[in-house]
Amino acid sequence: MSARLPVKKTYKLFIGGAFPRSESGRTYEAEGQNVARASRKDVRDAVRAARGALSKWAGMTAYNRGQVLYRLAEMIESRTAEFADLCTGRDEVERTIDRVVWYAGWADKLAQVLGSSNPVAGPYFNFTVPEPTGVVATLAPDEPPLLGVVTRVVPVITGGNVVVAVASETRPLAAMELAEALATSDVPGGVVNILTGHCSELAPWLASHMDVNALDIGSANGQAPELERAAAENVKRVVHGRADVQSPWEVAAFLELKTVWHPVGQ
Amino acid sequence: MTDLERRQERAPVPKEWTYAPAPEARDVVTLRERYGHFVRGEWLEPAETYTTISPATEEPLAEVGQATPEEVERAVTSARDAFENGWSDISPSERAKYLFRIARILQERSREFAVLESLNGGKPIKESRDVDLPLSAAHFFYYAGWADKLEYAFPNRRPRPIGVAGQIIPWNFPLLMLAWKIAPALAAGNTVVLKPAETTPLSALLFCDVLRQAELPAGVVNIVTGDGTAGAALVKAEGVDKIAFTGSTDVGKAIQRELAGTGKKLTLELGGKAANIIFDDAALDQAVEGIVNGIYFNQGHVCCAGSRLLVQESIYEPVVDKLKRRLATLRVGDPLDKNTDVGAINSKQQLEKIQELVAAGEDEGAEIYQPPCRLPEKGYWFAPTVFTNVAQSYRIAQEEIFGPVLSILTFRTPEEAVEKANNTPYGLSAGVWTEKGSRVLWMAERLRAGVVWANTYNRFDPSSPFGGYKESGFGREGGRHGLEPYLQLDESEAVGG
Repeated sequence: MSARLPVKKTYKLFIGGAFPRSESGRTYEAEGQNVARASRKDVRDAVRAARGALSKWAGMTAYNRGQVLYRLAEMIESRTAEFADLCTGRDEVERTIDRVVWYAGWADKLAQVLGSSNPVAGPYFNFTVPEPTGVVATLAPDEPPLLGVVTRVVPVITGGNVVVAVASETRPLAAMELAEALATSDVPGGVVNILTGHCSELAPWLASHMDVNALDIGSANGQAPELERAAAENVKRVVHGRADVQSPWEVAAFLELKTVWHPVGQ
Repeated sequence: MTDLERRQERAPVPKEWTYAPAPEARDVVTLRERYGHFVRGEWLEPAETYTTISPATEEPLAEVGQATPEEVERAVTSARDAFENGWSDISPSERAKYLFRIARILQERSREFAVLESLNGGKPIKESRDVDLPLSAAHFFYYAGWADKLEYAFPNRRPRPIGVAGQIIPWNFPLLMLAWKIAPALAAGNTVVLKPAETTPLSALLFCDVLRQAELPAGVVNIVTGDGTAGAALVKAEGVDKIAFTGSTDVGKAIQRELAGTGKKLTLELGGKAANIIFDDAALDQAVEGIVNGIYFNQGHVCCAGSRLLVQESIYEPVVDKLKRRLATLRVGDPLDKNTDVGAINSKQQLEKIQELVAAGEDEGAEIYQPPCRLPEKGYWFAPTVFTNVAQSYRIAQEEIFGPVLSILTFRTPEEAVEKANNTPYGLSAGVWTEKGSRVLWMAERLRAGVVWANTYNRFDPSSPFGGYKESGFGREGGRHGLEPYLQLDESEAVGG
């Protein structure tokens, strides 16, 4: 008798908490697998799903968001072996988990570090608080395959934003494994959406999408100037994020500052 | 008979309640016939010039330079040299003292600047005297104190200057916008090339004399005048490391496109179409004052003007009645008259834009109201205007008019107010009027705008960050947050484990 034939996974997109195929029916081969090749329509669907998830995620208490992110770390930890096969190994997975936990602890401290109470010269109470900028599009780096996509995605959602991420074109499997961890964590559907496909095709659609508020193109290589130009159409915030970095300023780059005035009187 | 009754009996009864003119003396300002560009601490004779006027009288005030790309380049080189040869090495505490000096000199010469600001820009003297000048001086004073405390503002981030900042400012608050740009840039250790707006260059040119009195090293601040082509040359100049722009959203987008791929830092403070939201439990008389201040302050030439009034349906009629009564008391006229509430429109071009949008409002079916008021024959004027019966889709409810024109819409529930207020590509500011504290905070949380004024409007302070969401731009001016656009900062800090 021959050895048992394994049941192989079909790699699909991650949009609105579900795993649809590309509406275009297209795939391409990466890391020995057929991977969905997302279309412009998939980009639009992902942005719509993200926008729809924003008010719930941004409206959660920061404490609650922190707990949900910690739960994501738990989900990755329980899949350590699977993740290790799809990236540079166990060490990268452990660094990834620790990074998620680190950001989970930031959720309810951002306003204290980034905000302020402002001593205006008059009878007014005045304060500044950070708020999510909205829908963020990000391009995941090729290396490191798992830590890279987590480094770009997690700080964005820590601040209350929602994301459409384009997975690395050559190393997409770790990102799709991450999608499964996200789907089984308590991160609401639509908060993180992950598309696989040709980055040079998907990135311009995201850069010119009028319902995307910020664009992280640290991994865009030669395409960056073109994407930046397209981003100007609705004054997107453009970020050039690095593949392996861990800092609260990574969160701050995707936050707006709101200042509120109120008179003080009897 | 009481004292009061006796006094009333003796007092003559006035036939009509008119104001006697109370013009501010103009002679505190001495203008030169012709100004060049301020480069390397000296006046650079311009190749081309144009005439800057008073919009209230159309009287020519002076000839000023229309900067060519070569002249802009010389200013940038001057700023680069100043940055590399001294300014960036000077001790931060000394840098602070220059800024303190500038703040003090502006206070000392505030009347002169206020008159010039009203003369060249058309704004009422009481606003330039009581708002523009005190705030400009305060801005320098506030950022002066930061210059030697940057490590406390950005712990573990090794703050250092960027280099040469190119700054382009609008015509609505010429000196105040100059202060908003120059004060944080210098506090952070940068040098500057600033281009004031085409129609209002004179206060920036007079400011060069403040720099001379403060003995600021030559080249640290350079000022070039001219129209948008001079601004475009500054954006394109290779020696500029950072662009800060305040102005229209269209130009802001063009600048963002132009800088794509250059790696230059950019901050944009662009247009707005703010909602001023009045709930039925608001203190109505105060709210009406807030509405008037929100849209008629500085002739509505304010990017954060409360140009869309959202009134809760149940109080629509009393609010509109009170507002119309209040409008009739606004005094429109000579900017230099201390009684004037609404001055001149800044330029012919702006007047035409306001006229065009107001005509579009009437064409689309909105109902116009203007109080009876006699406008001067010379100069550029527009009466305070209110539109009722406005649909959200009308141009006057969508586009920034940048004039004394208010569009009134209604709502029923707080949710609807939020929905309508946020229904715009802009997100600079918003106003909320209600006596219910929890509702103030609920609204403030949901309004997508960088500044929310609750039970007040159009307040500014150097310690208070200002800037937009969405297409109103990015970056903040004012406060600790206003330093960040002018600094290079370490992005990541050492992480344990």
